[in-house]
Amino acid sequence: MQALYAQLLVGLINGSFYALLSLGLAVIFGMLNIINFAHGALYMMGAFVAYFLLNNDYLSIGYWPALIVAPIVVGIFGMILERTMLQWLTGLDHLYGLLLTFGIALIVQGVFQNYFGSSGLPYAIPDQLKGGMNLGFMFLPVYRGWVVVFSLIVCIATWFLIEKTRLGAYLRAATENPTLVRAFGINVPRMITLTYGLGVGLAALAGVLSAPINQVRPLMGADLIIVVFAVVVIGGMGSIMGSIITGFALGVIEGLTKYFYPEASNTVVFVLMVLVLLVKPTGLTGRAA
Amino acid sequence: MTVLTDDTLPATPRAVRDEMIVFAVMALLLAAVPFSGLYPFFVMQALCFALLACAFNLLIGYGGLLSFGHAMFLGTAGYCSAHALKVWALPPELGILVGIAGAFVLSIVTGYISIRRQGIYFSMITLALSQLLYFIYLQAPFTHGEDGIQGIPQGHMFGVFDLSKPTVLYYVVLVGFLAGFLLIYRIINSPFGEVLKSIRENEQRAISLGYRTDQYKFLAFVLSGTLAGFAGALKVFVAQNASLTDVHWSMSGEVVLMTLVGGLGTIFGPVVGAFAIIAMQQYLAGFGQWVTVIQGSIFVICVLTFRRGVVGEIAHYFRRSL
Repeated sequence: MQALYAQLLVGLINGSFYALLSLGLAVIFGMLNIINFAHGALYMMGAFVAYFLLNNDYLSIGYWPALIVAPIVVGIFGMILERTMLQWLTGLDHLYGLLLTFGIALIVQGVFQNYFGSSGLPYAIPDQLKGGMNLGFMFLPVYRGWVVVFSLIVCIATWFLIEKTRLGAYLRAATENPTLVRAFGINVPRMITLTYGLGVGLAALAGVLSAPINQVRPLMGADLIIVVFAVVVIGGMGSIMGSIITGFALGVIEGLTKYFYPEASNTVVFVLMVLVLLVKPTGLTGRAA
Repeated sequence: MTVLTDDTLPATPRAVRDEMIVFAVMALLLAAVPFSGLYPFFVMQALCFALLACAFNLLIGYGGLLSFGHAMFLGTAGYCSAHALKVWALPPELGILVGIAGAFVLSIVTGYISIRRQGIYFSMITLALSQLLYFIYLQAPFTHGEDGIQGIPQGHMFGVFDLSKPTVLYYVVLVGFLAGFLLIYRIINSPFGEVLKSIRENEQRAISLGYRTDQYKFLAFVLSGTLAGFAGALKVFVAQNASLTDVHWSMSGEVVLMTLVGGLGTIFGPVVGAFAIIAMQQYLAGFGQWVTVIQGSIFVICVLTFRRGVVGEIAHYFRRSL
């Protein structure tokens, strides 16, 4: 049973990353009409920024500040990308956004691979989160519990921001009809830039969270993003809460598969995607695309 | 779906004449390669990728469907052919047929699943399916995992042509490529191809005119996947191995890049793009991962400034369809 709970926990952690990443993809798609293929590369950048901050002799900034600094740095990088490149794709076919961001992902990953090779760099767990707790039925490493709880809080905060605040109302309105929202005097292009920064910042945050668990590697986001795409296909991008729930649920299912039938743990999300497409082609929560 | 190619004109007799002239020049140039001192292995490899890119272009350029998993057909056909040649010891022509059959079956299954969603979702689904297949091939016994199937016998085509001789192999690959290319050209200019273009331009209107657009897209997907499989089967004879790299998502990305550079929805663009990208990889092989960075930069530059691609720009300048 210990092993089952351990795999469930791993599943929940992966689910947190799926949720954070698919949430960002959904928010970006809503505003920019772009599927951000660079999301995995920017997730990796988040982890690397945390690594630099810690290992630079002058800075040696630890985990806690990195949790805020890294998403901001990567978010600014994302906003520069949006201003200099993505904004020119407005009005073009969706596929150009996919191709452009795929190119950006190749560039970012290639540059990091050149300087750091393909092997992983270690990132230590902060002192406050070291060790574990005995819950009676299982041993819970504190850091892993922290990742799950913190991701859940961030996801719900994002949901609250978009669904319940005035800013979120502007955002949703601009998703529906940008021209009309502009006519009301709201700076929609700036909102689009900030939205991209937000989505990308969420990816970077997931990267920092994962740095102590999975090592910091240039290709850590490359395979992950494909799984997240499958998550997005399953959940649909119509609803924020839908993305969060689907992300966590698929992580848990993956964890269970690792315990009961480990050979299929790599493929279970894709198989589920196929099944969902066969039964309900629009995805679980999504409207028709 | 209107911005892809604003230059695909209807097939007037003049356009067909132009295209046939370009085709004849291309065929002659390629036939002359063994006498030119060019490294035939490089050209054969480029021809296989050119056929793959043409098959991919059938789907994106004329059907408006961006498949991000076309490597799965290349790799699957490669594994099937390699297995047939090495384990079953079939002659080359049957080995190629086994590869094509493998890709055909795969394209029916994946097409049935992926065609259910449109646009951006279609791309994500094809990518996810190819990744699923990648993991299956990683674990399946007959693919030999990370090692791949190595040392594949080339044999005698139809019992006559000794494929272990580079020149003979070159002409066999060339004939295969030209046949595939002409078939794609024929499909594009058939009534089926015209309907496909109309679906790309305005699917709602095509539906209102009574076309079952899903069936057309499904058929385009199967044709494209099967032809991509043909390219994969030919590649087995050139590379003499079948490995996981042919199924990896980065290979799918390369096919997209080749077609984008040459020109989406142009007839000769994918060929130009394939030669350009393969040549670039050849010359920059010593630069390690910088090749990835350069490929990414080409993607960015093409999308931002050069959406018609090389051939598309030329065709646009001369107001011809190429």
